[in-house]
Amino acid sequence: MAPKLDPMVGRYVRAEIDGVPHRLYFEEAGQGIPLVCLHTAGADNRQYRHLLADPEITRRFRVLAFDLPWHGKSTPPDGWERGEYRLTTESYTAAIRAFCRAMELDKPVVMGCSIGGRIVLNLAIAHAAQFRALIALEAADFQQPWYDTAWLHRPDVHGGEVCAGLVSGLIAPQSPPVHRHETLWMYMQGGPGVFKGDLYFYRVDGDLREKVKSIDTKVCPLYLLTGEYDFSCTPDDTLRTARQIPGVEVQIMKDVGHFPMSEHPAKFREYILPVLAKIAG
Amino acid sequence: MSPADRFAALPDLLSGDPDLRRRGRWLSVDCRVDIGAEPFFLSISDGALAALDRGPQLMRSTAFTFRATDDAWTRYWATIPEPGWHDLFALTKRGAASLEGDLRPLLQNLQYFKDLLALPRQSATGT
Repeated sequence: MAPKLDPMVGRYVRAEIDGVPHRLYFEEAGQGIPLVCLHTAGADNRQYRHLLADPEITRRFRVLAFDLPWHGKSTPPDGWERGEYRLTTESYTAAIRAFCRAMELDKPVVMGCSIGGRIVLNLAIAHAAQFRALIALEAADFQQPWYDTAWLHRPDVHGGEVCAGLVSGLIAPQSPPVHRHETLWMYMQGGPGVFKGDLYFYRVDGDLREKVKSIDTKVCPLYLLTGEYDFSCTPDDTLRTARQIPGVEVQIMKDVGHFPMSEHPAKFREYILPVLAKIAG
Repeated sequence: MSPADRFAALPDLLSGDPDLRRRGRWLSVDCRVDIGAEPFFLSISDGALAALDRGPQLMRSTAFTFRATDDAWTRYWATIPEPGWHDLFALTKRGAASLEGDLRPLLQNLQYFKDLLALPRQSATGT
């Protein structure tokens, strides 16, 4: 009997991010318009495995999901042990552009979720002309914090379990248990302090209030999609952001939380296929 | 049935959930949960409920307290809770619940506590 292989292929690419050599892991499938997918804070590219295995998408899109440095199978840069990891607007933007450059992608579509959604807004603000379209999932210009990130990295609390325990509430009750727990499993596997370091961007450095008003959707179309059960980036946060951006397309997804692509792939598909069809033209 | 009456069934609900007790097996702590105006004192021992004392207890000391309004518990325990009422931190974020005390045992066993306090959902009345 032939082996039952998933369609995506995983590889490493060498890229310099701000002059520092990196080895980035990514998975890809399909052909056509490059679609770069950004995982959530403290997670990795496996969140997109259902998208990567969806022939309806991969027949028109070359889907590439990479692990940010420090995440998944992308190692931290040499000397990581001597500092504290902190993601910033600048370093995150540089990592995405470095990956696109290293892979020689021509005007890719970028889709990101959560911190990935927030940075997509920054791409729309600062680098719109380099992208064919931008999709921000669970994104807003700013969100009210709901816990103290100091709990995420300390020796008396298991980092993986507390990260998963916190974000478990962001998953919709309707999401199938198997996908809920796979989503949480990825959170349990993050490196020490990585989720916390990502949230530095989210909480401290990445406030895009006011800045989103400069987004020109005529240069690059922008789509915002947020799950109704996301109480971190609430539908109101996304709608408030959308009201400041002429021409943006916004949708609130029913029965979905903060991790649409991994917590409820079938439901997310209903929402993302029409967006991708519009982008493909 | 009042929200406090539903919470009073916690010992039976936890007895019927050996997997939750297994996940809490490292945990022994005394804590307090307020259902509206009514306090409950939980003595958790190796993940099992050694005691659940309902109502005010003179000078009882606990590690931490989680309190929420009757309305918040009722919505939280709906079979399919509405968005924004489906998680303990969704409740605290919206101001319908609050936390105080030494939160370390809570954060060390967070999913256990979330699942423990969600057990009355099994007896959802929809009212």
